Amino acid sequence: MGLFILRRLGVMLLTALCLTFVVFFLTNLYPNLEKLAKTQGNFRMSDEQVESYLTSRGYLQPLPRKYAEWLGIAPGYLSSDTEGKPVGRCIRPGIEADKVPTRCGILQGDWGFSTVFKEPVSVIIGTRLALTAKLMLWVMLLMVPSALIVGVLAGMREGSRTDRTLSTASIASTATPEYVSGVIFIALLASSRYGVSPMLAEAGLIEGKTLFKGTATTAMEAANFQNFFLPVLTISLYGMGYIARMTRASMAEVMTAQYIRTARLKGVSFRNIVMKHALRNALIAPFTVIMLQIPWLLNGVVIVETLFNYKGFGWTLVQAAGNNDIELLLGVSVVSVFVVLITQLLSDIGYVFLNPRIRIS
Amino acid sequence: MEPLTWFGAFTWFGSFLGVAITVAIVSGLAAMLLSLTNSSTKGAFSLFNGIAVVLLLVVGFGYVYGMMSGGGGIQMSTLARMLGVLVLLGLFAAMLGYFMNTFFDDPAATMGALFSKALLAIAIICGVWLLWTLLFAGSGHRAYVDGLAPDAMPDAETLAAEKRIAIMQGRGIIASIFMRFMPVWISLTVIIVVSMIYKRKLGLYGKLYDNVIGMVGFSLVMFWVLTAFYTGVFDLISTHGPLEQASGMKNKLPGTPLRGAESGEYAFYLLGGDNLARDVFSRMVKGSVTVIIIAPLATLFAFMVGITLGLPAGYFSGPALNRESIGTKIVGALFAIIALAILFTSGISNFLIVLVVLAVLFALMFKGSLDTVLSFLANLILAFPVILLFYLLVTPEIVQTGLPQYMAIVLFFFPIIFVAVLINSRFKTQPAKNSKYLMLTLIPMAIIYAVTINAPESKINILGALDFFNPDPGVLVVFVSVVFVNSPTVFRIVRGLALDINSRDYVAAAQTRGEGPWYIMLWEILPNARGPLIVDFCLRIGYTTILLGTLGFFGLGLSPESPDWGSTINDGRKLLMIYAHPALPPAFALLSLVLGLNLLADGLREESLKD
Repeated sequence: MGLFILRRLGVMLLTALCLTFVVFFLTNLYPNLEKLAKTQGNFRMSDEQVESYLTSRGYLQPLPRKYAEWLGIAPGYLSSDTEGKPVGRCIRPGIEADKVPTRCGILQGDWGFSTVFKEPVSVIIGTRLALTAKLMLWVMLLMVPSALIVGVLAGMREGSRTDRTLSTASIASTATPEYVSGVIFIALLASSRYGVSPMLAEAGLIEGKTLFKGTATTAMEAANFQNFFLPVLTISLYGMGYIARMTRASMAEVMTAQYIRTARLKGVSFRNIVMKHALRNALIAPFTVIMLQIPWLLNGVVIVETLFNYKGFGWTLVQAAGNNDIELLLGVSVVSVFVVLITQLLSDIGYVFLNPRIRIS
Repeated sequence: MEPLTWFGAFTWFGSFLGVAITVAIVSGLAAMLLSLTNSSTKGAFSLFNGIAVVLLLVVGFGYVYGMMSGGGGIQMSTLARMLGVLVLLGLFAAMLGYFMNTFFDDPAATMGALFSKALLAIAIICGVWLLWTLLFAGSGHRAYVDGLAPDAMPDAETLAAEKRIAIMQGRGIIASIFMRFMPVWISLTVIIVVSMIYKRKLGLYGKLYDNVIGMVGFSLVMFWVLTAFYTGVFDLISTHGPLEQASGMKNKLPGTPLRGAESGEYAFYLLGGDNLARDVFSRMVKGSVTVIIIAPLATLFAFMVGITLGLPAGYFSGPALNRESIGTKIVGALFAIIALAILFTSGISNFLIVLVVLAVLFALMFKGSLDTVLSFLANLILAFPVILLFYLLVTPEIVQTGLPQYMAIVLFFFPIIFVAVLINSRFKTQPAKNSKYLMLTLIPMAIIYAVTINAPESKINILGALDFFNPDPGVLVVFVSVVFVNSPTVFRIVRGLALDINSRDYVAAAQTRGEGPWYIMLWEILPNARGPLIVDFCLRIGYTTILLGTLGFFGLGLSPESPDWGSTINDGRKLLMIYAHPALPPAFALLSLVLGLNLLADGLREESLKD
């Protein structure tokens, strides 16, 4: 087991290296650098100005050298601009020129400096990730129990009317991407001119103009039911159907097992069969699915945070990618790649613990 | 001119529909809750349970939420109100359950039957209303003309124009939209009726008609396919051009008449105007063309890539290459060509990187199996969050570098390999037939391949004037990245299926017969894996549609004016809380297509499992 985890961690590190290199390569293609120079300097730069800007900041060095600098193996680029002021990778505002370290990369614990937000990448990612974690926590709290309930109810009597209704509903929920359901929810529940809000406001059932808020910007400091429920619901709904279908399949399989038939023939009540005999075994498979769903939720998070203007991790990703903020983008991709790989690892390990019949060799 | 109303002149059906819908909702809910508990003797109590659980979940979530987020949460008065509703509903449910238990043997079944009757009633009411409206729209105008004095009669042209407007106003928005889709309805009916008649002779497709869910899914999908066909080829259905702007139509509500419409023009914006005064309905209809062309085609390409790589990965075990085999030479030569191409196009530092990567891959292939190498690569791509990948690949800057074209060179080559190997492995023993079939398929494919890759004013421009087909670079980059994102998943599925089928007897029999490995893979394993692959193909088209929408939603790839659904949703969402009508039609269109594909896949899965 220990060896297995070690090997997986090794593969994980290799994957992360490969992927960051790919991101590094793509963001350092010349047109992207040109865009970066123009957004940082001004948009009417001539080609020569762009080139001198990029050269003075070390963007035009060979790719492996730049990557090594980012990793912290090679010393950071240092030179001076036209006015004689030192510029380079490791220079941050507010740090004396003689205190600038020679190397500043991942190995030194320095994730770089965002060119869009003018802040260290580690600080940005820390605060934004905390906001997204809050969102994810509520998504999990809403999605997992409801998906499991729906799945178990549908799977306990395969082929019944309940099963067919709930299965179709879960198919519908997997067929509704976040940007569709989000738009429909906002129009129905959060608009003061359409949907149910005007009716409810007229009847005096709600205070304020709308039932829910269409933006979640205020939820970053003070989340409440009104401004946070719609984003949470929008993300949960897309994942819910998938987990529910997996749970249903697993439950239906367990319900045809021999020991369930035995229990039924002994005269155990249906409720006890479901609750005591079937449920525990049926919930093993969904566990893996739920863990593997987390990286998928990341996509939903990006869409929903953009739609509801909630400035979390996904919103940061969009900002970083849209402005070719290389170091922030690298930080974001390292985090998201590790989220994907760690959830995979956890799902494998957790599966072994839940199902003692499986051994990892 | 009066704007169109949703239901036109004949609104008498509204009250009937209201009753039918109320009955449907009540009986449907009751049937669902009753069948959840499945105990008619304890029906009353169980029904109460069902409703209470649902409401308690809602209330509880809100309450916990309010506590944990520290004040400002849901108001206590609202909670109390919700609890009050809960108690009332519970009481109502208990009484309802008690009564139903006394009157019926099986309340759940009774309610279910009532529900389906109510649905039928809704359908009949809608049908009758639609028929009535279509037949009698404009009757008011006829009466008005009959009542006119002969000397007050306007000339024939004005009369005809007035009559057309009057008919439209009599129909209302819904019936007018229905009329615009008339070619689609006719073709859909013909397809379904013909297929129903011959369904026993149509194999798996025919069996779909035994399955309600599959049939609903198929109809939804065919609806959009036919819409795209008629609007793309014959320019029917849509009322205005997707980019046409009309003065004074900015953000106008559905049914607004066009100011100063000329005689040939459609006089209304059926679903309103968007923020650039374009017709929402026409843009939604035109948007289907992009999706219906790109999504299945991209999925097909992803399948070609996935199958061509996944079958050998699952079939061959042991080291991928050894010193003697031809494979070594082919792979070595291919790698050398790639390395040289990089050396000459993009300089020494990139060349060194590529050289190291290729050398490592080559060494790995001697050591590990093909499966290990390919699976690692597939997992590498899958570890990327899709949106990050799109943001890196689908930008105008990346199009400038020519990277999408390089990716297209690799990805579009797989269909050619696939077809070549498919034919060659089958007809190897009949050289005459073999070369005939190969020429018949490969020459057109090679030409299409060359002209698609080649584009003027880009890094790859060898053909020059011979290049007769140039896809829009925005579309190409979208296409390539969607194929790129989808293929690793298909690869994993095909690999898994091949590993599974590998141990079957018929594979062993073919091996004993002395068949070549590619014959076994493509003519023994692949046909036997078709069931799951067809189902996944349908699901994957849906997923690709979602991906295309995502791209549009972030404004990547396709031009911002493009009428595709993702872009229009993105356009509409900015004013969503004030004007909801521009964003909702494309949202529902996308939803219905993806839902149709998912239902179709579900129906196919059920029917193929019955064999």
